Amino acid sequence: MNNSQINQIKDKAFQYFGIFCTLIGIVLLVIFIGSILIDGLGRIDWNFLTSLPSRKAEKAGILTAWSGSLWIFGLTAIFAIPLGVSAGVYLEEYGKKNWFSNLLEINISNLAGVPSVIYGILGLEIFVRTFKFGGSLLAGSFTLALLILPIIIVATREAVKAVPHSIREAAYGMGASKWQTTYTQVLPAAGGGISTGIILALSRAIGETAPLIIIGALAYVPFVPTSPLDEFTVLPMQIFNWTSRPDHAFVVNAAAGIILLLGITFLLNGIAVYFRNKWQKKVKW
Amino acid sequence: MKKIQIIALLALSVLIYACGGEGASTDGGSTSEAAMSGTIKIDGSSTVYPITEAIAEEFRTVAPKVKVTIGVSGTGGGFKKFSRGETSISDASRSIKDKEAAACKENGINYIELSVAYDGLAVVVNPENDWVTSLTTEELKKIWQPDAQGKIINWNQVRDGFPDAKLTLLGPGTASGTFDYFTEAIVGKSGSSRGDYMPSEDDHVLVQGVAGDKNALGFFGLAYFEENKDKLKLVGVDNGKGSITPSMQTVKDGTYSPLARPIFIYVSSKAVNDPAVVEFVNFYLDNATDLVPDVGYIPLPATEYEAQKAKFKAFLAANGGK
Repeated sequence: MNNSQINQIKDKAFQYFGIFCTLIGIVLLVIFIGSILIDGLGRIDWNFLTSLPSRKAEKAGILTAWSGSLWIFGLTAIFAIPLGVSAGVYLEEYGKKNWFSNLLEINISNLAGVPSVIYGILGLEIFVRTFKFGGSLLAGSFTLALLILPIIIVATREAVKAVPHSIREAAYGMGASKWQTTYTQVLPAAGGGISTGIILALSRAIGETAPLIIIGALAYVPFVPTSPLDEFTVLPMQIFNWTSRPDHAFVVNAAAGIILLLGITFLLNGIAVYFRNKWQKKVKW
Repeated sequence: MKKIQIIALLALSVLIYACGGEGASTDGGSTSEAAMSGTIKIDGSSTVYPITEAIAEEFRTVAPKVKVTIGVSGTGGGFKKFSRGETSISDASRSIKDKEAAACKENGINYIELSVAYDGLAVVVNPENDWVTSLTTEELKKIWQPDAQGKIINWNQVRDGFPDAKLTLLGPGTASGTFDYFTEAIVGKSGSSRGDYMPSEDDHVLVQGVAGDKNALGFFGLAYFEENKDKLKLVGVDNGKGSITPSMQTVKDGTYSPLARPIFIYVSSKAVNDPAVVEFVNFYLDNATDLVPDVGYIPLPATEYEAQKAKFKAFLAANGGK
């Protein structure tokens, strides 16, 4: 056997190893989603989506939980996206590179790894108590916005960094100002990467429970929030609540809730991916 | 058919409520329950949560405009908010601690403790376990006390005559109120327990654990046993007066001791000027007999609820409430 044959075997071996690893992930996912679908799909109907919580499993609905989740998703996006993207663009395009910006960079990366409970405690002290928002949607979405800011900032910086420098030079050459260059060239080119970061960050926000428990999200809310200052519950809290009930019928409800949460996440991500692709096609140099 | 029953039940509870509520609304106030509005904020123990949720759900049928919200921060977390005046009512699976009471006093909050139901703890083994039908409280202490760690590891060490079989222990995690209560009742000090048992905050996991191991012994809330009767065997507890198995009857009349406890709600003096809160608490005590068993807990005797109502009325009078 010569060297090239050995290399071919190694190549094949790695290929199969890769397939094997991919399959493990997919098979596990199929089993999880499959068992959840079997348990919960039959439970999802119009009544389930539009009913208030109840002590009786078959009467209990998820209206307040999914409406709370949508509110949280929307408000968090409104607060986190402009702040995160602007901060990322500033750090990359405008900010001077010195020891301070290095320190900032390291700290932002570290913040992305801080456990979410810590953000909950921060949110409780600042938004709930100092700003007196109470356990409201506003306090919850501010807290989650803080939580996902580092992710968005880091993603934005990476995406902006990846835009070739020649593009900027060309824009400057045409007499464009820094802002014009950033707005018309860099941001559209980096749009794909930025929106991927935003999608990941918001998906994380919609699945978070721990910080919301700390700031005082509730288990039983018999009304749909109508303003950002209303109290709320979210899907993961409702699911958690149901899985801890002694009555087995609630486990079915929890499975149905999980399907709904997955569905909402898929849907929102789908919309985001659609816009991302549409946006990216426009970029032509 | 089911619908008719539910409607009949609702009508009945409204009727009962209307009769019972009269005493509370003789202050000449013109607000009827249906027209009442406002928000009642409740937080606290997840053990008491199902009962308060059931009451809040039914309260909507008589006072639809009152927004009742319930959180599950745990008994301690609930009292923290309660002492800051952030909630009107606190769910509690134990009495208020001195520290928490001091915090309330500091903020000028008086409170009253009202018992709303009993919670029993079930000691369970696997159905294939044919040697245990009851355990004495001393035997339970021998098994669970901190000194037992690494030493009491075989069933034959628990009592002479038990077979030579490995003793597998399961119980709620240390953060749980159930754990605090069990250790206080059995070992004598809250939170004092051996550490080498399999803990889980999810009672369903404990049920599965005991159901899957012939040599297992575990404890958790009675409601979880009731839902899993076919997979578990209930162990009687003997406190020196003979073996008693927990049931509606033995918990209610106090013979299943020491593993049955009352659970509470605390009402803040800051909330007694809100007629909605007052109505809610009276509604709670009036309907607990019907609703508490619905969610797997054991109601107090009817006379006891009357006593709690009287206690509440005196509290209102003393704090300038209506």
